[in-house]
Amino acid sequence: MQDSYSIEWRPAAGLENLRLRARVLAAIRSFFSERGVLEVETPILSSTTVTDPHLHSFTTCYTGPGAPQGRTLCLQTSPEFAMKRLLAAGSGPIYQLGKVFRNEEAGRRHNPEFTLLEWYLPGFDLAALMSEVEALVSLLIGAPRAERLSYADAFVRHAGINPHAATVAELKHCALIQNISEPQGLDDSDRDGWLDLLLTHVVEPQLGIERPTFIFDYPPSQAALARVRPGNPALAERFELYINGIELANGYHELGDASEQRRRFDVDRAKRRVAGLSDILPDERLLAALQHGLPDCCGVALGVDRLLMIAAKAQAIDEVLAFPVCRV
Amino acid sequence: MATYSTNEFKSGLKIMMDNDPCSILENEFVKPGKGQAFSRVKFRNLKTGRVIERTFKSGDTVEAADVVDVEMQYLYSDGQHWHFMVPETFEQIAADAPAVEDAIKWLKEQDVCVVTLWNGVPLSVMPPNTVTLKVVDTDPGLRGDTSGGGTKPATLETGAVVRVPLFVEIGDLLKVNTRTGEYLSRAKA
Repeated sequence: MQDSYSIEWRPAAGLENLRLRARVLAAIRSFFSERGVLEVETPILSSTTVTDPHLHSFTTCYTGPGAPQGRTLCLQTSPEFAMKRLLAAGSGPIYQLGKVFRNEEAGRRHNPEFTLLEWYLPGFDLAALMSEVEALVSLLIGAPRAERLSYADAFVRHAGINPHAATVAELKHCALIQNISEPQGLDDSDRDGWLDLLLTHVVEPQLGIERPTFIFDYPPSQAALARVRPGNPALAERFELYINGIELANGYHELGDASEQRRRFDVDRAKRRVAGLSDILPDERLLAALQHGLPDCCGVALGVDRLLMIAAKAQAIDEVLAFPVCRV
Repeated sequence: MATYSTNEFKSGLKIMMDNDPCSILENEFVKPGKGQAFSRVKFRNLKTGRVIERTFKSGDTVEAADVVDVEMQYLYSDGQHWHFMVPETFEQIAADAPAVEDAIKWLKEQDVCVVTLWNGVPLSVMPPNTVTLKVVDTDPGLRGDTSGGGTKPATLETGAVVRVPLFVEIGDLLKVNTRTGEYLSRAKA
């Protein structure tokens, strides 16, 4: 038997950070209550999951009435699909505060399970949603007015390169002069991978330093579940919020077109095949809901633990978690 | 060939980079909101001592370096090689000048050092944290001055030169911190 004194049974977070968490959760709920946004809960377990090749779902198995041979269920990486089904059913504005799960992610800013605040506002455009996010963040941590910077301007300002026009060779050269080694497995065909390298290593650390920074108008290849606005270049109607170089929130003008959504699922599945990842079937219930009609809306997901890190001036996410993955 | 994936990276792990053995100092997981995850790694080249930073795609693998640290007793030098022995097995090994370079001025016969072996060959030698060495040369001592006001250089039996208090005399045994090169105290003979 292990000596009980050597077992790490105590919480990683100090009690003051646990109290901070309770205050922030209460403040979030009152913020939405005052605005008439409905709190909802959707399942953590689902028969399917996201197809994004960079997201890895945990799976478990339900055995029991209705599933004598066992039924594989995925733990949600985000409540997005279920919440969109509620929106299509006429829920009006909704929010959810809950745990989400992402395999293969652990580090100073990542824990494989974390608390996500996700909300959807029908009738809002992206600029109006950014203002809502700013109002909430300012209420919770008292941040100064945010700046709004396009993805292109952020790259030009901090990396000296136009992310929409640059070739892969130019992106590689940019990484080289920033003293970033070439990751051995990063292919020339993976243009978004090179953009992600520059974003994470060069651009992100300089975002949101003096005031919160919204980045918007992403490359259409990184639209995820956002609408793409035609033009030259076409741009994804997506934003992210950064504070102190930490990515805090990701918002979309939500894609409502069922056939475009199916096409994106298929593009992801093709990428998964090439990468040797398991296939994931499209969420037919989401597609049916979109077919029925999603109200024009914007939605955003905000990492509550990271917000607490900023509020507590923590260097690592473990400092705001009662029991991070290394203590469970 | 043994390999490590980025999921196994942690400080102290020994990996091969650019054909040299290296030791990981820091490993940071970075990932944009949507997109590719990376491991941002700082490591020390164990041959040159240089600290280098590299980025890996999450899930990539690197070759493991067969590097082990062994406690060995320093025996003697024949001028070309420095000979060490594992006290339990009496197994002996000879290190060349580059491997002992940083340790040489602290190496005293019989002291137990940590020898880092790569594929069985000494890469580097770490002397004990503190060593006791005799003063072979210094300016005449100011007996009575124990207040520790000033310092002077003293040459020790291994050739190391350290700053010592003024009262230290030739023939004194001194305890010295090998990591900082600082005088700690006089030792009893």
